Amino acid sequence: MDTKRPVNLDLFQFKFPPMAILSITHRISGVVLFLWIPFFLYILHCSVDSPLTYIVLQHALQGFWMRLALWIGLSAVFFHLLSGIRHMAMDLGFWESVTESRWSAYATFVLGLVVILLLVVWIW
Amino acid sequence: MDMVEHVDRRGWRDWLVQRISAVLIGTYAIFLIIYVLLHEPMSYAAWYGLFSHFFMKISTLIVLLSILWHTWIGIWTVLTDYVKNQAMRLFLETVVCLLLLAYLIWLLDILWVVIER
Repeated sequence: MDTKRPVNLDLFQFKFPPMAILSITHRISGVVLFLWIPFFLYILHCSVDSPLTYIVLQHALQGFWMRLALWIGLSAVFFHLLSGIRHMAMDLGFWESVTESRWSAYATFVLGLVVILLLVVWIW
Repeated sequence: MDMVEHVDRRGWRDWLVQRISAVLIGTYAIFLIIYVLLHEPMSYAAWYGLFSHFFMKISTLIVLLSILWHTWIGIWTVLTDYVKNQAMRLFLETVVCLLLLAYLIWLLDILWVVIER
């Protein structure tokens, strides 16, 4: 076989179904959650340690980077939760046809986006 | 053959653990979200009071153990899929294991503060 033949695969030409995109987003949000564990433990630690650390934490969470970190972390929590619920619904035998799984994938994205936008309002 | 069977059973166990832990974590998360929204703005007394309940301490510990096991299965899957170099994968798996163990000790330390008082 001629190994020097040109390969013209335009990756942007591939169209992935929403279920595939949701699957990879579930993975990405899962990895983000893993990376965010110390952040959440830090918040829990400060929040219960003493009244003083609680107030210090409240002030720290006013900062831009802390708000951004909290927003990313909570967004991952909600998105992973929603797509996880859809995943388990499919385990139970719901939404298994192509049409239904397509629509439930779209619904998960829309719902996730709404919650993530609501988090912007809540955090800022 | 033994090896194949071992791996096969592990797949089934991972599948089940992933779902049981997901239900536990999900239930805890939804409860905590509703609790926070209902008590907005949260005072230290209310927040500390919640975590000083015996049931809450047990739940938090069980849910953290669920999170660690769930994370391990999830990260193991991701590493197996994307890291093809065996030495590199083994190294990353070790790092993840140590981190998860450290998080467990950290949570015990946090809950200990609440237990002590």
